[in-house]
Amino acid sequence: MIRVILPPNLRTLARVDGEVELEVKTLVSQRSVLDALEERYPMLRGTMRDHVTHLRRPMVRFFACGEDLSHELPDAPLPDAITTGSEPFLIIGAIAGG
Amino acid sequence: MSRVRVLVGTRKGAFILSSDGARKRWKVSGPHFAGWEIYHMKGSPLDPDRIYASQTSSWFGQIIQRSDDGGKTWNPPGTKPEDLMTSEGMPKGESNMFVYDASPETGKPLTTHQWYDGTQHPWEFKRVWHLEPSLSDPDHVYAGVEDAALFESTDGGKSWHELAGLRGSDTGPKWQPGAGGMCLHTILLDPNNPKRISIAISAAGTFRTDDSGKTWKPINRGLHSEHIPDPTAEVGHCVHRIALHPSRPNTLFMQKHWDVMRSDDAGDSWQEVSGNLPTDFGFPIDVHAHEPETIYVVPIKSDSEHYPLKGRLRVYRSRTGGNEWQALTKGLPQRNCYVNVLRDAMSVDALEPCGVYFGTTGGQVYASADAGDNWKPIVRDLPAVLSVEVQALP
Repeated sequence: MIRVILPPNLRTLARVDGEVELEVKTLVSQRSVLDALEERYPMLRGTMRDHVTHLRRPMVRFFACGEDLSHELPDAPLPDAITTGSEPFLIIGAIAGG
Repeated sequence: MSRVRVLVGTRKGAFILSSDGARKRWKVSGPHFAGWEIYHMKGSPLDPDRIYASQTSSWFGQIIQRSDDGGKTWNPPGTKPEDLMTSEGMPKGESNMFVYDASPETGKPLTTHQWYDGTQHPWEFKRVWHLEPSLSDPDHVYAGVEDAALFESTDGGKSWHELAGLRGSDTGPKWQPGAGGMCLHTILLDPNNPKRISIAISAAGTFRTDDSGKTWKPINRGLHSEHIPDPTAEVGHCVHRIALHPSRPNTLFMQKHWDVMRSDDAGDSWQEVSGNLPTDFGFPIDVHAHEPETIYVVPIKSDSEHYPLKGRLRVYRSRTGGNEWQALTKGLPQRNCYVNVLRDAMSVDALEPCGVYFGTTGGQVYASADAGDNWKPIVRDLPAVLSVEVQALP
């Protein structure tokens, strides 16, 4: 299972506490994780990436295994530790303003 | 006895205040959507328990929320558990999807407007400023958005499409953002003519359709704005708010960047009615629920000093449709008050006597249960108030 940690505002929106666990049947990438997340929680569509272009929203970041993967290609494989579930995939609201 | 519900949108969540018809004791519910900006909430006039809310964030974009039980529970339309279990499969989750119409079928797809430096800039959706439920169908609702455009939903907010004739009108490329962004912030529906809608945009001006949104025309004749190159231009005016009384929809009142104005021909021409106001800068304007010639404004010192004159918070009321104004001070702070009252942060209830409400950037919501003669804060110390709407309930 893929473990995903949402920022507080999106946890409120999706009505979840703590981590979200997702099953991703294809190659585990930013795109496939977000696809699975949005399928489970349709209210999150448009909040992390643009509805139409699917580009990451400017103040949303993706961290994993101590690395900022925000600028990686959406279909690039995520680290093995994410795939195995030993590390979570973090979706972060950038620290900018109040 | 009637009840009153006040819907308060703030920088960090929504609050719902409720009272009986005496309007003396208030219960506060919230924050709802904690941490999110709530630009506006408004209930359907046909089904007051159907409330739409604009929930927005610079980080995570736009969310539309809907309550069908008077604000007790909320869901983004189309994502309730029962929706997920329909035979049609997964919902599309498009209730927060506002995509500008650029199709050739609409005639004039428009992709740029004027930017601060005079160059053309692409239209970029940022947020919903105002939600206006239809007068005839609880599932029909309009949304005024930034960058300025008008959207509508006919399925209770599950999906939205643009009324592209507004942006596609000839003046679109001349619109430009005001200090708060290029927002469509006011939507007035004519109760006598379902095809007529008037809207206002900062900083473009006021526009009207008489064919349900297919075609639009600017209605800014008589406005004079010294901060634009041609003070009487067809568009470019920073209109802060317009209001009407439902019994006389051809009479419109306007708080402009500077100047309070009125029109008696549905906006075709405007006359200044600032009269004896100490300053005619301000944001909100509203009309008494039972007296079409009684109007309210909150004068603000200037466009660079967004607070009341001399630190004295005063609502001004005109019982003559403008020109002659009376300061209303009882119960309002008359020293060291430096808050602002934003354009969507004033509302009236339809009880007798008429109740008047407004919220401040300091987090107070003040109410008067006697048409403005006496005021008191009905809640204090909320986050900065962005919007106030009132519902009178049976």
